[in-house]
Amino acid sequence: MSWFSDTFSSSIGRKIAMALSALFLVIFLLLHVAVNFLSVISPDAFNEASHFMGTNPLVQFLMQPILILAVVYHFVAGFALEASNRAARPVKYAMKSNKNASWMSQNMMISGLVILAFLVLHFMDFWVPEITTKYIEGDMSGLTVAGDMRYYEELVHRFQNPMRVVAYVVAFVLLALHLLHGFQSSFQTMGVNNKFTPSIKKITNAYAIVVPLVFIFIAIYHFINH
Amino acid sequence: MKLTLKIWRQKNSEDKGKMVDYQLDDVSPDMSFLEMLDVLNDQLVGKGEEPVAFDHDCREGICGTCSLQINGKPHGPDSLVTTCQLHMRKFNDGDTVYIEPFRAKAFPVVKDLIVDRSAFDRIQHAGGYISVNTSGNTQDANAIPINKDDADKAFDAATCIGCGACVAACKNASAMLFVSAKVSQFALLPQGQVERERRAENMVAQMDAEGFGACTNTGACEAECPKGISLTNIARLNREFLGAKL
Repeated sequence: MSWFSDTFSSSIGRKIAMALSALFLVIFLLLHVAVNFLSVISPDAFNEASHFMGTNPLVQFLMQPILILAVVYHFVAGFALEASNRAARPVKYAMKSNKNASWMSQNMMISGLVILAFLVLHFMDFWVPEITTKYIEGDMSGLTVAGDMRYYEELVHRFQNPMRVVAYVVAFVLLALHLLHGFQSSFQTMGVNNKFTPSIKKITNAYAIVVPLVFIFIAIYHFINH
Repeated sequence: MKLTLKIWRQKNSEDKGKMVDYQLDDVSPDMSFLEMLDVLNDQLVGKGEEPVAFDHDCREGICGTCSLQINGKPHGPDSLVTTCQLHMRKFNDGDTVYIEPFRAKAFPVVKDLIVDRSAFDRIQHAGGYISVNTSGNTQDANAIPINKDDADKAFDAATCIGCGACVAACKNASAMLFVSAKVSQFALLPQGQVERERRAENMVAQMDAEGFGACTNTGACEAECPKGISLTNIARLNREFLGAKL
């Protein structure tokens, strides 16, 4: 076997690749929440930032493909790992005590599936219309028919439906649970477990709670204010 | 005290197996868990029934032969002890006790509660050793100065008795805690340096080939390990593996 397939077909290699894709997604999420939060502070700033992200060639043709690759890899490898982990215990216990590990750590598949379902909704809501407008209809202006910047209006419009807000809130609660285990766990997978680990756990826990909370706040804020 | 025992019975590796109920009266709180099973087996033999097969050897908590998943936990409800060191005073009169074999694809049931843990031996054969020329001129290991901190960590890793509780506790039946203890024990000492990279690669490859699951850092293994082997060893194994590959 080649070095690449030898390394990344092993259980530890696959876990390290999962951790790396996860850390990339964690950075992306921070950027995403920062841009979205602008919509609460200033519609103009949000429009500007969205237009930049949506039309900058580096973001569109370098970062976006890497992001899609990381998302797809994280899901596919996650399902593959779960399948092989389940196969490692074909006969289940009649009595199982789960008290020694957190719910989050034992149910990454459940939180992951909810996040996947959310991503389908999220892509239908924003990504598909965005790609259609820009690359199929060829409208790169970022303007509405009336000549205003369209991004803020599109965002606000999506959060008028209470069912969508509820779906977003549920998905972000599950994302928080996923991150509470996953973020700090990725450090352990990459071999970092030392005197900095207690601080890493505090920072990752803060991230896992604050970032989804801000997303929830933005959804509810626009639902209430418009 | 009186106990209801629900015990996994399986004639051989081909048999499907099932949980069977037994009533046991007059269990002394001073008995060890294995002595309680000895009493049950005495009664079964007296009735002309097949006794329950289970693994045991030293009964002093040091050999790693005893196993058993007791009420859903490897080595039972007590922490930092093996099944042979578990006493019936940890249970109450009228309790129902589930007794199952350690479950993993890599630990096939031989009979009843006995599982074949030779997968661990094969992982050890893949690299859990150092090659030393024992010609009679071998240097005294104690003559090599070793940082006390590293010596302590190596010793802590070396206390692993290879019982398989980590595999039994893990939701993925992962053997990472065992392998990480065996790799750490040598990676931390000068004698282990020569074969360091080969060891990490080969032991992980054998672990995967045996059909153990991957580690998802739940921490259940560390909580159940009778020797308190730490998760820091798994982080070290990840580093050793990555270092060997890069």
